[in-house]
Amino acid sequence: MRFVLKTNYGRDIDIFKHRAHASWYFLLIAALLLAPLVLDVFYEKQLTELFIWAIAGAGLMLLTGYSGLVSLGHVAFMALGAYIHAILYSRGWPLFLSIPTSALITGGIGVLIGVASLRMTGIYLAIATLAFAMIVEKVIAHWPALTGGHSGFRVDDPAVFGYSLDSSTAYYYTCLTALVLVFFGVINLLRSPTGRSFIAVRDSEISAQAMGVNLLQTKTLAFALSAGLTGLAGALYAHRIGFLFPDAFTIMTSIMLLMLVVVGGLGSLHGVIFGAFFITIVPQIIAIARDWLPTGIAQSGGLEPLVFGGVLILFLMFEPLGIYGRWVKIRLFFSQFPLYRKKTFLRQKSYLKTERVH
Amino acid sequence: MDTILQLLLKGISQGCVYGLIALGFVLIYKATEMINFAQGELMMIGALIAVTFTEYLQWNYFVAVVLTVLATGFIGLLLERSLLRRMIGEPPFAVLMVTIGLGFVLRALAGMIWGHDPQELRTPYSDAVISMGDVFVGVSNLVVIGGTIALCIALFLFFRYTRIGIAMQASSQNQLAAYYLGIPVKRIVAFTWALSAGIAAIAGILFAPLTAITPNIGFSGIKAFAAAIVGGFGSLPGAIIGGLAIGIVEQFMQYNFGKGLGDTSAYFMLLLMLLVRPSGLIASTQKKKV
Repeated sequence: MRFVLKTNYGRDIDIFKHRAHASWYFLLIAALLLAPLVLDVFYEKQLTELFIWAIAGAGLMLLTGYSGLVSLGHVAFMALGAYIHAILYSRGWPLFLSIPTSALITGGIGVLIGVASLRMTGIYLAIATLAFAMIVEKVIAHWPALTGGHSGFRVDDPAVFGYSLDSSTAYYYTCLTALVLVFFGVINLLRSPTGRSFIAVRDSEISAQAMGVNLLQTKTLAFALSAGLTGLAGALYAHRIGFLFPDAFTIMTSIMLLMLVVVGGLGSLHGVIFGAFFITIVPQIIAIARDWLPTGIAQSGGLEPLVFGGVLILFLMFEPLGIYGRWVKIRLFFSQFPLYRKKTFLRQKSYLKTERVH
Repeated sequence: MDTILQLLLKGISQGCVYGLIALGFVLIYKATEMINFAQGELMMIGALIAVTFTEYLQWNYFVAVVLTVLATGFIGLLLERSLLRRMIGEPPFAVLMVTIGLGFVLRALAGMIWGHDPQELRTPYSDAVISMGDVFVGVSNLVVIGGTIALCIALFLFFRYTRIGIAMQASSQNQLAAYYLGIPVKRIVAFTWALSAGIAAIAGILFAPLTAITPNIGFSGIKAFAAAIVGGFGSLPGAIIGGLAIGIVEQFMQYNFGKGLGDTSAYFMLLLMLLVRPSGLIASTQKKKV
């Protein structure tokens, strides 16, 4: 075990707990920077997709994992980001202007939902966001003049100052940069008073209010930031798929995002990366497994939802802290080796916590 | 006038289906405070089981109906015993996610067993049409309305006069107090799941003749959800009223403004209701204080 000597209070919120901690992350970034030199185009594209999912996941994690607000309709923000960016970009806006603009507009729409969210709690909010996503999906499908409707919308190739980012390597670095910036921002946000007020609201709205946290402001900010980040991911995703159509952003994508944060581990940014890894790798594993399965099952379109749904249920039942929670347990097991006690992580079950009075 | 009447009848019969699915939501919510997102999928399974009995096995329609309801109820019971009982005491969000996952699994399994091609449930009254003046009404639509009314009366009597119905009311009002009074709450919850799956099956059987059955019809569960909230979550008559409201508005919007607005009108109503009156038309919950 390592004991860190803290000589001032500021060290409690340091990004890196100690030197070795920092060096692992720099190694990871170095590896990611060098990866395109050795990897196939296929893996490069998969990693790019993982980065995009991780950005969207960071957005949802900020909302669901850190502020305790559940959104079943985050795909709407992703779709809005993608379409707004694609439309602005096709009208001649430069890339570095239209991507932030689309994220800003999406964040602004998030503010509206956030203000409304103060009137609703828990499940009701989840349903309201779901309804919002349904409406956005239908609007996109039934407004062909602007979005191309069901016939789709071609996204122009990404380019900055005449330099094309269309090659998979250039786009890999674009998304990697975006991801690193987003994570740097979110990590810093979470150790600031604002981020900690998110966590306070998540843990108990009433005590947060008693401590002087402005609920309306906090929840709205959480929604705006979350929507903005997801919109950014949507804008990047638009170039990744190259062609936008309403069916690319269905409720299924929303659920995938929620799955990302739950399977990765609610309330941790590591979880976002693990979750993004999970949802990019599982379809590949299924594609490989198809060769081994009997044709009746392999050819059925339902294999992917079946695996996703099943894994989600298993995680919620047996490891609600997600992959990151499991990793923490494994790490503790080795760091305390012969003295590890299983009960450290015993989950406390409670009687039905009712939300109503009679 | 005739068009209005026709739309109204269509809306009411569609609304009855939403209402019946919503009834399943509300029953489970009242008993366990869990929200079962897989309710629409249970309806789909019910409809497909009915198809299996009548089309593949060529059984008598009425025998098939009874067996379908029993079979689907049994599936609901199994789900509660195997999955949901372990989730008691977990945060509501986790339970919601489990039922969402369950919906995915059920839809995928249905796709594997029955395929994705649209199927048809033939009933003794499938093609019959009644004409009243210039208004033509499919008997299927009338059967949906009649079936819903009959089921509502049966449920009312069940909750009012049977021991188990009263026990269900008691455990939904205060679980702990019900335990103390010797009501087997766990068994009651399991029975609630079976009952709500059975109602979903009835909704499926009634809905099936109006449409083609595919594993994706479960998605109308989301609209039923809107119905439950519009009516006031936690109120049984509210669920039916909300369903009717959504069904009727949907038909009229679709007729006047096209399919796009028709499909989204349920969600607009839901958002409007949540903003204006979150407790729904028939409020049964009060705000919790600290």
